[in-house]
Amino acid sequence: MPLGGIIFITVFIAVFGVILIYLARAIGGVAKRTSNAKMEIYECGIEEIEKKDTKVSVKFYLTAILFILFDIEIIFMYPWAIQFREFITKGVGVVTFVSMMIFLAIFIFGLWWEIKSKALEWD
Amino acid sequence: MVSMGTTSFEITVNLIKTLLVFLMMVQAVPILVWLERRGSAFIQNRFGPNRVGPLGLVQLLADAVKFLHKEDFVPDKGNRFLFYAAPVFALIPASIAYMAIPMSVPLILGESKFLIQGFEINVGIVFILGISSLAAYTILMAGWGSGSKFSLMGAMRASAQIISYELALGLSIVGIIMTYGTFNLTEMITAQMGPLSFSGFGYGTTLSWLPNWGIFYQPVAAVLFFAAAFAESNRLPFDLAEGEAELVAGFHTEYGGFKMLMFFIGEYGHMMIAAGLMTTFFFGGYLIPYITPAEVYQFALALFGSETAANIFNSVVHFLAYNIKFAVFLWIFIHVRWTLPRFRYDQLMDLGWKTMLPWALGNTIITAVVIFTAAYFKL
Repeated sequence: MPLGGIIFITVFIAVFGVILIYLARAIGGVAKRTSNAKMEIYECGIEEIEKKDTKVSVKFYLTAILFILFDIEIIFMYPWAIQFREFITKGVGVVTFVSMMIFLAIFIFGLWWEIKSKALEWD
Repeated sequence: MVSMGTTSFEITVNLIKTLLVFLMMVQAVPILVWLERRGSAFIQNRFGPNRVGPLGLVQLLADAVKFLHKEDFVPDKGNRFLFYAAPVFALIPASIAYMAIPMSVPLILGESKFLIQGFEINVGIVFILGISSLAAYTILMAGWGSGSKFSLMGAMRASAQIISYELALGLSIVGIIMTYGTFNLTEMITAQMGPLSFSGFGYGTTLSWLPNWGIFYQPVAAVLFFAAAFAESNRLPFDLAEGEAELVAGFHTEYGGFKMLMFFIGEYGHMMIAAGLMTTFFFGGYLIPYITPAEVYQFALALFGSETAANIFNSVVHFLAYNIKFAVFLWIFIHVRWTLPRFRYDQLMDLGWKTMLPWALGNTIITAVVIFTAAYFKL
């Protein structure tokens, strides 16, 4: 694994980014507080009323949970997909094929159930 | 598995090479921005930037100088650390994932062999998918760190969208992996060499006028992959994260100056990854249609009479071939942006979960059935 190269370039990019930010700070200067309104967040020109804990639809959370379930199932298919031809040549093709079809049937059932129970409806 | 080299010379060259790939990516962003502004102007019957330098090419340099002179602003309510960390972090996943894409045949100089890519990774696809989806964290960091509701909503939308299309993207790749039987991008490209040939039921046909590209084996996967890649890189028609009419500018509402530019580099980086992967999976990577690298090498050897020159010529020619295909996809990204209107959020989610995911599933099943019947019954 070319881990050394990956670590090297990650550190380089991070340093590059930090230098860019400091360069922009050095040349452009830091925003001076000429008034309190200047340092407020953008809120279409009115006085800021927004609290830090903006409420967010629970739908996003549900989507993330469903994503994790399905993503793990998809990642599970990767090793199967890469070994599929090899398994067929070694004579265990039927077992591999049928077992993955059962797995996919469960996957499809899960997706169907998810759609049917309106977990994916956005209104 | 190729490591970073055995001798100190090889290690030095390989490390410098990763730097070069990164700087090339950063360098490509101003050109792409120019192309986008100029292209959109011509699409909309305007002129676009044409004052600074020839054809307005120096416009982005002038913009960068202007960005440097912007004062550095952190909103009072924001989280300072996250606000500064997000743009730096935005650069990393896009650049590192792009480095795993091979851009040319390896350059052989004497005893040493240098790959024209940042680093070769055996599980290339998994690495690229894993690293590039870290971008969701960047967006969430920016949205939370700004302390603004527009930023937070934009960030939530963007991350929900990215993870939803990640499914269709990941599943469309399963068919590709089955077709090539490898995770390694270089091996995939090698598999696409030569003319297109099908065989089955005891018959075999070779279509010598078509190259052996992946798109002829996995057309559905190609469409799904490209559409999902648009959503992954937050580009129109999937740019709900920054729908101006609703969310001002989405997760980078509070950003300006160079920090904003760094988000741009990240976004264009994801476009480049998508274009590079499209080229690699479906359009033969760096290969030139009808000609194999060995033939190019023989031609150059006859022309220059020196092995070193022939190797360099071989790499340069294939690098150009890769970049031509790559540029076509980047242009499609830009053209689509100025052609299609934006989706509504529920339409976006429905497309990802209820349309593209089932199609990708169907593609996987059909590929599996075809490979199984062809191999099992020795057709």
